[in-house]
Amino acid sequence: MTEVVSSHPVAAEQRRARAPSDTGPRASGRLADVAARGRGLIVPAVLLVIWEAVVRGGLVPANLLPPPSALVATVRELLADGELQGHMLVSSLRVLAGFSIGAALGVAAGAVVGLSAKAEALIGPTFQGLRAIPSLAWVPLLLLWLGIDETPKIVLIAIGAFFPVYAGLVSGIHNVDRKLVELGQVYGLKGGVLIRRIFLPAALPSLFVGLRTGLSLAWMFLVAAELIAATKGLGYLLSDGRETGRADEVIVAILALALLGKLSDSGLAWLERRLLRWRDVYKTIGA
Amino acid sequence: MTQPLIDLSITEKRFAEKTVIADVAFQVVQGEVVSLVGPSGCGKSTLLRIIAGLDSDYDGQASVLGHAPRLHLDEVGLVFQEPRLLPWLTVAQNVGFELGAKGARHPRVAELLAEVGLADHANAYPKQLSGGQAQRAAIARGLFSRPRLLLLDEPFSAVDAFTRMRLQDLLKAIAARHDATVLLVTHDVGEAVYLSDRVIVLASGPGRLRGQVRVDIPHPRDRRDPALALLEGQALSLLEGVAVEQSAA
Repeated sequence: MTEVVSSHPVAAEQRRARAPSDTGPRASGRLADVAARGRGLIVPAVLLVIWEAVVRGGLVPANLLPPPSALVATVRELLADGELQGHMLVSSLRVLAGFSIGAALGVAAGAVVGLSAKAEALIGPTFQGLRAIPSLAWVPLLLLWLGIDETPKIVLIAIGAFFPVYAGLVSGIHNVDRKLVELGQVYGLKGGVLIRRIFLPAALPSLFVGLRTGLSLAWMFLVAAELIAATKGLGYLLSDGRETGRADEVIVAILALALLGKLSDSGLAWLERRLLRWRDVYKTIGA
Repeated sequence: MTQPLIDLSITEKRFAEKTVIADVAFQVVQGEVVSLVGPSGCGKSTLLRIIAGLDSDYDGQASVLGHAPRLHLDEVGLVFQEPRLLPWLTVAQNVGFELGAKGARHPRVAELLAEVGLADHANAYPKQLSGGQAQRAAIARGLFSRPRLLLLDEPFSAVDAFTRMRLQDLLKAIAARHDATVLLVTHDVGEAVYLSDRVIVLASGPGRLRGQVRVDIPHPRDRRDPALALLEGQALSLLEGVAVEQSAA
C-alpha cells in the first residue's frame, strides 16, 4: 500500500526559519552570563591566595614580592593622598588623546590605501616599513624633535595606535565581498556613497580588530613614554617605585595599568557588540 | 508594433581567450514572462548581466527599455542567484535600500514585506532568515522601485524543493499583480515551463540559441497538467539538440 503524507510548503518553510523573537528565555541567559563572568574570577582568586601564602611562609622575600594584603595597604595610602587617582587620570587622558589621533589617522589612511590601488602602491610599502620599527626606537627621536612635554608622549601613543587601525581597515576593505559591491553599483552607488554604504560597514569587523589591538598598543606605548620622561602618570609611578626600592608601588602601578587597559578594552568590546550585532558568527559552546 | 522591452543580438562575448556566447538574439515584449534555460556554461547568466548593465564588454547590439543597458535603471529590478542581502541592514532596510537610511520607513516597504509574507520580519537581520525568506526579501527589494522589467538569475536554485515551489508561486502572483515583464534565468526546465509564456533554450560551447517553446496554457496552471509535461519534454528535446517543430515559432 502506498501512503501519501502531505506537508504544506509554507508551514515547512516557517518551521525551518528562526524567528527573530525566538531567542530563548532571557532570564536564564542573563544568569548564564553572570556565571560565565564569575568563572573568570576563579583563577585570579586562587593565585592571590597562593601568593599571600608563599610570601607569608617566607618562601619569597616580602620586599621583592609584597603580599596582596600589603598591596591593599599601599593602594589605600596612595588613594588617601589622591596620588594614585592623579596618575591614573593623567595616563588615561594621554591614552585617550593619543589613541583618538592615531585611530582617526589610521582610519583615514586605511580608507585611502584600501580603496585606491595607486595609493596602496605609493604609500603601502612605506607604512609597512614604518610599522616594523620598535616603539622604543621612536622615543629618542621624538624627545629630540618635540622636547619632553606632553607632545612626544601623545605622538608616541598615536604611532602605536595608528598601525593596527590602518592595517585592520585595509584588510577589511580588501576582504569586502565583491557581490555586495556589485549590488551597490546596481543601485547606482559610486564614490563616497559606495564607501559609506557598502565598504565601511562590511569592513567594520576588521576595523574593530584593529581598534582593539591599537588600544592595547596605546597603553603599551604610554608606559614606554612615561618611563623615560614623565613626572606624572602610571609609567612614572613604575619608575619611581623602582628608584625608591618600593616593589609594592611598582605592582600597584602594574595592576592599575591592567585595570585601565581592561576597562578601556571592555568599552570598545561593548561598542563592537552593539555595532556588529548583525554578524552571524560562531559562539563558543557554553558561552 | 509595440517596441520590445528587451531587444538583444549578441554576436560574440569572450572571457579572456574563450568565447562564451557566439550568436544569441531574442526579444521580450511588455507583459511577457520569459525564461532562459540551458546547460552550465551556455552564457545565460552572462546574458542577464549584459541586460542588467553589469557587463558591457561584448560584440552586438542590446537595447533595454529603448536604450543601451545601464546600471541603476529605476525601471529594472534585479534578483541574484543568492539573496545578497546586506548583513548589517534589517530586512526592511534591505528592501528600501534604494532610498538609503530613510528607505525602511517608506510605506512601500511594509506593502512589499506583507506581499512576500515577511511582515513579521521587518526588523530582523538577514542572519535570522531561512534561505527561502532571504530570497523573498531579495524579490521584495527587486520590486521596490516598481520596475517594468524584473530580471532574475536562478533565484531559487539554492533553496529546497518545497520552498522553491512556494517561491515560484509567489513570483507568478507578483508578476501578474505588478504587471511586470519578467526574464528568468534558470537551469530547471520544469520551473521555466510552469512559470513562463515562452522558454528560450540555449546550447553551450559556446552559448547559442537552440530554439524556443511557447507555453500557451492559461494561469493558474496545475503542476501535474500533462500539457505542461509535454512542453517540458519539448524543451528538454531542444536542450538535447533534437529538432522540435514548435521551436521555429
